[in-house]
Amino acid sequence: MNSSFARRAAVPAALVSLTLMLAACGGDASGGGDSEALSGEIAIDGSSTVGPLSEAAQELYAAEQPDVQVTVGTSGTSGGFEAFCAGDTDISDASRPIEDSEIKICEKNGIEYTELQVAVDALTVVTNPDVGVTCITTDELKTIWEPAAEGEITNWNQVNPEFPDLTLNLFGPGTDSGTFDYFTDEINGEEGASRSDYEQSEDDNVIVEGVAGTEGAMGYFGYTFYQENQDSLTALEIDSGDGCVAPSPETAQSGEYTPLARPLFIYVSNSAYSEEPQVAGYVDFYIENLSEIAEAAQFIPLNEEQTASTEEALASLQG
Amino acid sequence: MSATTYDAGLPQRRARGHEYNPASLVFLAALWLSLALGIVFLLTLIVTTAIDGAGRFDSELLTNYDSTLFPETAGLRAAFFGSLWLMLGTALMAVPMGIAAAVYLEEFADSTRWYNRLIEVNLQNLAAVPSVIYGMLAVAVAGLLGSATTNIVIVGSLALALLILPVIIISTREAVRAVPRDIREGSLALGATPLQTTWKQVLPSAIPGISTGTILALSRAIGEAAPLLLLGVGTILFTPNGFLSGFQAMPVQIYGWTSESQDEYKVAAAAGIILLMAMVLLLNGVAIFIRNRFQRRW
Repeated sequence: MNSSFARRAAVPAALVSLTLMLAACGGDASGGGDSEALSGEIAIDGSSTVGPLSEAAQELYAAEQPDVQVTVGTSGTSGGFEAFCAGDTDISDASRPIEDSEIKICEKNGIEYTELQVAVDALTVVTNPDVGVTCITTDELKTIWEPAAEGEITNWNQVNPEFPDLTLNLFGPGTDSGTFDYFTDEINGEEGASRSDYEQSEDDNVIVEGVAGTEGAMGYFGYTFYQENQDSLTALEIDSGDGCVAPSPETAQSGEYTPLARPLFIYVSNSAYSEEPQVAGYVDFYIENLSEIAEAAQFIPLNEEQTASTEEALASLQG
Repeated sequence: MSATTYDAGLPQRRARGHEYNPASLVFLAALWLSLALGIVFLLTLIVTTAIDGAGRFDSELLTNYDSTLFPETAGLRAAFFGSLWLMLGTALMAVPMGIAAAVYLEEFADSTRWYNRLIEVNLQNLAAVPSVIYGMLAVAVAGLLGSATTNIVIVGSLALALLILPVIIISTREAVRAVPRDIREGSLALGATPLQTTWKQVLPSAIPGISTGTILALSRAIGEAAPLLLLGVGTILFTPNGFLSGFQAMPVQIYGWTSESQDEYKVAAAAGIILLMAMVLLLNGVAIFIRNRFQRRW
């Protein structure tokens, strides 16, 4: 209830400020082509964590440019890059930076791109509220999720004797997910190394439902999904050696929520941006109204420094 | 116990009306119970879904697009029109192909040939293939044709057309078979060629049966989500404007909403389910109407 009230209040506020902003720069010819009517298609795919942000941008952009046909898919960061580097999509949503192997494929296919950070995320470890644990160390997380735990660690009290005697039911993203890549890299020490005997889904909603509905359940996903479901989930504070830190917009922006605070990106194809005005229009709109869109979609906005570097990257893309 | 005594016993038993054989009473009760159980489950499902969706039976459900920012006003506009486009594409692909195949098998094919027998067997097999396989098939065909984009109307239509093709062929064959031999022989005796006979006599007589089968097949296709899920249907906020346009479909949108964590989407999904069911019911109603109105008894 709380979260949906916050959302209802946040959205109109964001929309009002957005309208004001657009009105203010209405006469400006360099405003990303806001005034002329665009048409055409934009294909977006990638991270299901970033998906809702791109969808919010899509929704607000549709009010400006109703004839532009934007498709936002959520097949996971890796799946998104696969399509992006094959030239099938114009923009790729990503919850981790592009990897060397993916860069090579992009290079091979002649796809040049620009990385734009669009939001910050606090990768949130959640439990079913009945577990009663409030803080967990990164070492304990590793004990639970590392490959060696497969079939071995099945009870909370095996992780820490102070934890309850409760069967450990694990939910998490599948291997196509950038969230999975990031979590395994930071917690287990090697990207992709994870126990595999847990419920996997590329759809974060499935993980939310699983953790909320299963006794002794634990899972991890982007902060937005936690914020939307605060009533039915408990977010664990993370202790990486400097005490327990709860995931929140502030701790994520400041980097205090370590090691699970992470950047979220969109990758824009340079050729699509320069050759297709509707792609340029969407990306310009996305970045220019980034903080309002992030607020409306309940994402953690960038801090000033990050905003400046994203705007700089967009400026170099605009040439 | 020979078949003759059994056959001879039947009319007598009927004539007497009923016989209090405990075993047959138990069997009858079991049949009624099964029927009642099925209907009770169905009614419970429909009623609870209707109650869940009661809050969203408004015009916004059809006029609004899906919304990330306002789940309480999320609508099915893209999905509704997407489904209509899909049905159009599916019908355009499956109906001519299905009828042509059925007419060939029924009127022209030599059923003693091994390849015709192979086709027959595979037709039965195709009708039993899980629908998700047709999605994979459509993706593969799109790949062969050089299209990496699979979330467009024509590929979705292809998946659904492949799915209902066996149903259309089988029901068309039944309809064609029901046209009496006399009509064909009369036509041939008057000097018409086999092709003219088929085109001018057999097909027109079979049209009611063919349309009934086709509509029932389409009403199955409109509710299918599994083959379309494989095409990577994304979030779109527009209605298709052609066969190469991206699309959303009713069952896929409903599936997506039910897996969302927010309650507003679940209400919208329930309302969407009722709407989809009304559409299927309407199609089936049209099929029944055509059957009753136009079917000829020979």
